[in-house]
Amino acid sequence: MNKTDVLIIGAGPTGLFCAHQLGIIGLSCEIVDNLDKAGGQCIELYPDKPIYDIPAVPECTGEELTNNLLKQIKPFNVKFHLNERVEELKKNQNRWHVKTSGGVEFDVAAIVIAGGVGSFEPRKFSVKECEKFEGKSLFYSIKDKSIFKDKTISIFGGGDSALDWAIELSNNSKVNLIHRRDGFSGAEASVQKVKELNDQGKLNLYTKYQMDSVSGEQQIETLKIKHDEGEIKEIKSDYVLGFFGLIMQLGPILDWGLNIDKKTVQVNTENFETNVNGIFAIGDICSYPGKLKLILSGFHEGALAARGCFKYAKPDERLRFEFTTTSKAAQERLGVKK
Amino acid sequence: MAKITYHTHDNKTHTVDVQKGLTVMEGAIQNDIPGIDADCGGGMACATCHVYVKQEWLDKLPAKEDGEEDMLDMAFEPKNNSRLSCQITVSDDLDGLEVNIPSKQG
Repeated sequence: MNKTDVLIIGAGPTGLFCAHQLGIIGLSCEIVDNLDKAGGQCIELYPDKPIYDIPAVPECTGEELTNNLLKQIKPFNVKFHLNERVEELKKNQNRWHVKTSGGVEFDVAAIVIAGGVGSFEPRKFSVKECEKFEGKSLFYSIKDKSIFKDKTISIFGGGDSALDWAIELSNNSKVNLIHRRDGFSGAEASVQKVKELNDQGKLNLYTKYQMDSVSGEQQIETLKIKHDEGEIKEIKSDYVLGFFGLIMQLGPILDWGLNIDKKTVQVNTENFETNVNGIFAIGDICSYPGKLKLILSGFHEGALAARGCFKYAKPDERLRFEFTTTSKAAQERLGVKK
Repeated sequence: MAKITYHTHDNKTHTVDVQKGLTVMEGAIQNDIPGIDADCGGGMACATCHVYVKQEWLDKLPAKEDGEEDMLDMAFEPKNNSRLSCQITVSDDLDGLEVNIPSKQG
């Protein structure tokens, strides 16, 4: 059980800066994120794209912004729980008990949801029967590649994940690579390699095909793929892998009794608390009259939400307003006291 | 202004006036037309504003930029008339454009 003052859900810029604001006022926090790294959309969607509207930063990329925020919160030794999605929430007297997908548990005084547009999750096949095989013979990521040895694997997708795995698995498995068009979004070198392997008969490439259906008893046995022009091919396959990138989904947060409208959580603008006491929402995920989905708005919201958390974390104390330029306490927390 | 018609998955038809210069995605969001999520806000980074363009309009649309087809690989049930609606800028030439919104975006 991790006991801390505040749990922040989402390690995007808003969540990171909120951690800073909590640290400045002397509260501890830990951060959970479903991605394998901090940065949220800035890192996952546009690490190299420049951002021009961060106050006092004329231009920076999503990656630079993330790295600077991580540097800024370094003094607070914030603990990150990556690759974890928050699942269960329970009120325990005056505190919240939270559990993640990986079984990590938290005992916290307040929760700040800084989840952006939701947690990033693999985009799935649209064919309904796929659900039946998911996690058994159909996967959206690979944890243990040894299970594929000497089997027939059908990989769908045209990006780097699909290409890299097709190349890698073709060493010890029979691989079919199926993609909806002739062009690929993955690296050119990988595309060439896949075409070479196809020419050598070490891999079967099917372009302009998409999944039509899968069938089998417990495990997948065969699947049908459909060409753009309508022709259907049946192929035998032990495993199916889909690599269609990530999509953002609100997930279990939907079941927490929060007022949700159009995939956003309603908050007040005094401290960005939701309709549930002790649960705050900041950044792209929150909505209120006049909400702007800008990073700078998320910073403002995080600063106020951090102060809103104070009364839950330290009910017997009163928060003093101080500037970092002059506050001895803040400077001590930052480790810069002279 | 150009009239844009959105056919939603529940078989409803929404015809709205969209200001020139806005995208077909923005036209849907501003008019509360359901089914276009536009999670990334028009950055061509998410494929949740995916639409099917009525065949006769396909050739009249601005050509796909680099990256749109890559994103469409990620879309829910892409077809040969698939486009990202954030990449279609409304102009006089598109007055009367019709698009179908898929049953879901992910």
